[in-house]
Amino acid sequence: MKRDPFVPMPETAAAKIAEDHGLVLSKVEISRGPRRLLAIDGRVAPGSTLTVMGPSGSGKSTLFAFIAGFLDPAFEASGAVLLNGRELTRLPAEERHVGLLFQEALLFPHMSVGENLLFALPARLKGRKARHAAVEAMLAEVGLADHFHRDPATLSGGQAARVALARTLVAEPRALLLDEPFSRLDQELRATVRDLVFTRIRQRAIPAVLVTHDPADAEAAGGEVIDIGEGGSRDAP
Amino acid sequence: MRAAVPATTSFPRFSRVVRPGFSAWAIAGLLALPVGVGLAGAMLPAVGYMPALGGTTFSLAPFRALFAQPGLAASIGLSLASGLLTTAVSTLGVALFLAAFHGTIGHRVARRALAPLLAVPHAAAAFGLAFLIAPSGLLFRLLALPFGFDRPPDLLILGDPLGLAMMAGLVAKEMPFLLLVALAALSQADPDRRMALARSLGYGKAAAFLMTVWPTVYRQIRLPVLAVTAYASGVVDVALILGPSTPAPLAVRLLGWMNDADLSLRFMASAGAILQVAVTGAVLGIWLLGERLTGAMRRQAATTGHRYRRDTGFRIVGSLPVALAGSAVFLGLLLLLVWSFAGFWGFPDVLPPSYNLTTWERVLPAAAGPMATTFLVAILAASAALALVVVLLESRRCQFRAAAGRAIRLQPAIAGLIYLPLIVPQIAFVFGLQVLVMALRLEPTILLLAVVHLIFVAPYVALALADPWYALDPRYEQVSASLGHGPITRLFRVRLPMLTAPVLTAVAIGFATSVGQYLPTVLIGAGRLPTITTEAVALASGGNRRIIGAYALLQTLLPFLAFSLSGMLPRLLSPQRRAKRAP
Repeated sequence: MKRDPFVPMPETAAAKIAEDHGLVLSKVEISRGPRRLLAIDGRVAPGSTLTVMGPSGSGKSTLFAFIAGFLDPAFEASGAVLLNGRELTRLPAEERHVGLLFQEALLFPHMSVGENLLFALPARLKGRKARHAAVEAMLAEVGLADHFHRDPATLSGGQAARVALARTLVAEPRALLLDEPFSRLDQELRATVRDLVFTRIRQRAIPAVLVTHDPADAEAAGGEVIDIGEGGSRDAP
Repeated sequence: MRAAVPATTSFPRFSRVVRPGFSAWAIAGLLALPVGVGLAGAMLPAVGYMPALGGTTFSLAPFRALFAQPGLAASIGLSLASGLLTTAVSTLGVALFLAAFHGTIGHRVARRALAPLLAVPHAAAAFGLAFLIAPSGLLFRLLALPFGFDRPPDLLILGDPLGLAMMAGLVAKEMPFLLLVALAALSQADPDRRMALARSLGYGKAAAFLMTVWPTVYRQIRLPVLAVTAYASGVVDVALILGPSTPAPLAVRLLGWMNDADLSLRFMASAGAILQVAVTGAVLGIWLLGERLTGAMRRQAATTGHRYRRDTGFRIVGSLPVALAGSAVFLGLLLLLVWSFAGFWGFPDVLPPSYNLTTWERVLPAAAGPMATTFLVAILAASAALALVVVLLESRRCQFRAAAGRAIRLQPAIAGLIYLPLIVPQIAFVFGLQVLVMALRLEPTILLLAVVHLIFVAPYVALALADPWYALDPRYEQVSASLGHGPITRLFRVRLPMLTAPVLTAVAIGFATSVGQYLPTVLIGAGRLPTITTEAVALASGGNRRIIGAYALLQTLLPFLAFSLSGMLPRLLSPQRRAKRAP
């Protein structure tokens, strides 16, 4: 399994790291006023995907916002989120290294396809040439070589979804949150893009949380499935 | 009984009479026509042709006379600087404020606090600022005690030769205006998700906003920004109150020549009007270049990958421009009020020791006539503008019936025509219209003045009404059509009642725009139709602060009442319907 490139791994603590690695949701409970929306306790191993299912309004997106660092102050949350042993809960969103994929591709309309990816590429990689090459390579990886200068508005739905994935991955996230990213695509495309996403997650060995109401998504993700269902909560095991 | 004609058959019949979209072009053309006519009316005398004044041969003498005027270069420089700096500072202030405060309480506070500032006319805001920053103004009174001076410092602040006070006055008024426009446009830039995305990629809040949300917001507010640019490069009223006089900005000198008793000066004034068009054109051109440049810089910054995460302190810097502008206008208004009631008020006293009604007893009888004129002209212009804009917007919507529900916008060409009067300097083409009015021997009447105001009121009404008009769910009308109601019934029984609030807001904005008009009123009214605005600005040279305070307050009162009424009327009209008030 490929090592997470961000985390220095001192050999002496190897055992502890195996345990730490991945995304840990430790006794997470989110409520709004007197109503408890959800409770989750568990660990997502690197390369695997936890699927959270439930009807709209069940708090799926709230969990998403909590992990990514955008929880509305109207909600109360307790518990901790740890990513590779580092607690995220107190960090601002920009320091969490959690990649997001939304229902819509949300490509920035004022940037070309390539500029969307350059925006995401870490600054560590310096030099115009090297940065462009990295972006071209990433685009080729999602089957969109030679699309660098395209205007996002001219892309098809499937292409936009792949650019969005490429943009998220090129930032080298340490975890990935997927908010129904396939629901806007038609049946045929859905299978291809879904396959692409989960293959990358496994290859890069990053933990992912998928929020969806499509059982086929859950099946493709292949990991644990949590149904936060009608009651709006699932008690900690 | 009325036949229940299905919607699909009634539209083709309707469109056979009037081609869909034709009235949109007709109205847009009608609104832009005065600009063309006015420019022609200024152009002909500029090359020596004005039979009414004995100019029958073409010559370049007017331009030679113009360029022989002393200090012309300085006047041009002031106009250029005023147009560029005012717009740059105002736009930058708005961008910084939003970057620092988007999604926070400060954002909501600003919206609430700044909305009333829309009602303050330029002249009143300028007078208020003058009372604040003059050597004998409030700021120096507050400084007098700790620094121990007992007479106003000998500083040239108002009318400084660089025009800084004038530009400050313009910024104080335009920055809140642009911020409100930007706040209204913000939702179309999908700010929450774009910010979430950019921050999840590691960008700090301010950088995330400026790189991913602001470009879309700016594109939405570009027209108002360009209108500010054009206005500031040809400003007269604020320049008369706060601007330098030796030499004055170009537009102010033009007005002097245009109203000079020596009619032969009008040839030179015409040449000056054409020069003003060139100056404003240059300012707009430079601004568009600047847009490109900052766009390229932003692109560059967004491709290097630097995350600009450290932005503590940014909030303080970001809040300063807007907070300064907003509080200057508010404090200025308060000072106008205090001065209008002040008895004797010596220098270092922060507040007057005594108050009386003497000023108001003098002002009210004298101001009643101008107030009535102002009100009549404004209500006429605003209602006419509303009618035109509704026909224009509906005519555009007719073209989209088949694809109802799709995002509708005015064609860029039509939008360009409507907004043309805001981009071409007023003084250039209104002077041409004045020449025309003289040539046709028209008497200045309230109706004529309202027609000229309409040219400037309609663009703002269209700007305010277009978005809510096209945002209304078209299915309401589809349902009404299926019940057998024709287009007129649907407009008056469904669309207008559902859009009561935005319609009234648009009318109030139009009303306020008319009240604030100085230049068209002076040029077309020819001194025989004084409004509260022309009277107030005329007081600038006199320097009687009590009278100025009273007039400037009266000038603010009319738009303020219009905005208050437009906010209250929907509730008074239908108190029992809750859903309708929800935006």
